[in-house]
Amino acid sequence: MKRRWIGGQSRNLVFLLGLLAALLVAPWLVNDYLLTVLIVILYSAYTGQAWNIMMGFAGQLSLGHAIYAGVGGYVAAVLFTRYGVNPWIGFLAAIPICAACGAVIGFLAFRFGVSGVYFAILTIAFAEFARIGFDHLDFVNASAGLFLPVKQYTHNDLLRLRGTPTMFYYVILAAAFAALALSRLLLHSRIGYFWLAIREDEQAARAAGIDTFRYKMYAVMISAAVTSFAGVFYAFFYNNLFPEQVFNISRSIEMILPPIIGGIGTLFGPILGAFVLTGLAESVTSALAAFGIDLPGAKQIFYGICLLAVVITLPEGIWPWLARRLGVAEGES
Amino acid sequence: MTFDVYLNVAVAGVLTGLVYGLMALGLSVIFGVVRVVNFAHGEMMSIAMYIAVVLFSALHLDPLVMLVPIAAVMFVFGYALQAGLINPFITRPEHSQFLLVVALAIIIVNALLILFGPDAQTVQTSYAYDSFAWGPLIVDATKLFAGAAAIVFTAALFVFFRVTLIGKAIRACADNYTGALVVGLNVNRLYALTFGIGAACVGAAGTMMTLITDVTPALGPSYTLLAFVIVITGGLGSMPGALLGGILIGFTEAMAGLLFVPSAKSMFSFAILVLVLLLRPQGLLGRRLA
Repeated sequence: MKRRWIGGQSRNLVFLLGLLAALLVAPWLVNDYLLTVLIVILYSAYTGQAWNIMMGFAGQLSLGHAIYAGVGGYVAAVLFTRYGVNPWIGFLAAIPICAACGAVIGFLAFRFGVSGVYFAILTIAFAEFARIGFDHLDFVNASAGLFLPVKQYTHNDLLRLRGTPTMFYYVILAAAFAALALSRLLLHSRIGYFWLAIREDEQAARAAGIDTFRYKMYAVMISAAVTSFAGVFYAFFYNNLFPEQVFNISRSIEMILPPIIGGIGTLFGPILGAFVLTGLAESVTSALAAFGIDLPGAKQIFYGICLLAVVITLPEGIWPWLARRLGVAEGES
Repeated sequence: MTFDVYLNVAVAGVLTGLVYGLMALGLSVIFGVVRVVNFAHGEMMSIAMYIAVVLFSALHLDPLVMLVPIAAVMFVFGYALQAGLINPFITRPEHSQFLLVVALAIIIVNALLILFGPDAQTVQTSYAYDSFAWGPLIVDATKLFAGAAAIVFTAALFVFFRVTLIGKAIRACADNYTGALVVGLNVNRLYALTFGIGAACVGAAGTMMTLITDVTPALGPSYTLLAFVIVITGGLGSMPGALLGGILIGFTEAMAGLLFVPSAKSMFSFAILVLVLLLRPQGLLGRRLA
């Protein structure tokens, strides 16, 4: 193999630091619209990273991740609006609650040997159950939705998570990179190797002495706990929560698209996928607007066609392919 | 009055459930043979419903008459879809197949939205408000016709799979893929045929469904979920299971709508699904999981 003057690992690090630096100065360079787009990108990179822990590392296909973001958002928002509890403390409350939700779903499924497609549909069922349940739960205002008080914020109050989009941008930027660091840490630890073994061949993993039930449970609970912050962020950024929206199956699908498109089980996949997908969606919107086409659905059709193209031509996702091109360590996984 | 009300609601639920069952049967056949989870099933259902609505409003063709022609059109659609797009994905991992079909579903939903707009459309037949009465039992004519048509279509399918050579060949593919290749079956063509048959089931079910309810483009995903709930409850890959699951879910939804609030009715379907997955993961009539 040809030796390069910088090895794959350090190239990866240079690449990552460059991206981080660019994102850190971005708020001074872009307008409000692009800042919002960047927030959406980082948000989906974050949720993609969280989902990737469960599917990409441990091989458990969850199609109902909206439940963890939804429950997390509702916990923090209810505590804030009803009892004036600080959102960060609300987040601390959301972590164990979401992990418990994940534990219940995981326990029920893994105990009874529900796996693969069946597991995926069980996760959808729980998310739908939560959607309809919250829709009829008067404590959280049912289908009328839960609203957080909104003012024009002139100064940023990071402790109470109230402020300008720029503050939210840095919050989600920090979260996205924290999730990346956590994923890397997990992947290169004992638990991560056990997950990979389970993903590749569960029976062999069990034969090798891995307590597969326990490690699958860890995967669901950690993934759920990480996802919960996305819900808290969503609640305080958008200031409203509707069961019909936050628990909708479309939210779950939006969460899993970036890592699948970017490269499932890789560390950079979710980030790259988020940039590609959201970038694509926003360019299509602007292009259609430029041509004066105002068809609801036209954007989604184009989106669907692009998805088809990526799935057909790059089955492993974009990052593994790009990593080979750039000569960096392939996804580090 | 109470018993009569319960009886009428229960019968209406079972009749609707038969149509659900036929829709789910399509999903079950596709998964049982091709092993691809068709996440665009409900979207295909809405295509069929729109065909029926357009034919009725433009040419006044009764959905009952158009049952077979629409099923045939959907057969061709399903055949082409499998042969052209899905077949290369047979050996890919589940999430890859899932993404392909989800992309397809997104395209279908939004194409329907552009073509027909977001408003609900409906078929107003001359017998839309007729009903039959047997003693205390009052049954809507539309639901009775739809349920009966679903039974006939399902029965025809049973006969096809049991009696005809092609039906037996398809079952052979489902039982043993390698064995089917060894004895010289053209598996790719049989897969396409199976997907076509699954699509025809949805076509027939969708056509019948227009007699019972309105159609909007946004309905697709909820029909997909409904089909999954039914098929898993009944047993993925089991034909009688799909029908039984459909009846059970139709009945549950109707009773839940009566006893609680109608908007919460699908919560009970999901509760049944969760119970079944936990207590009997292979479904009510399914074979043991491998």
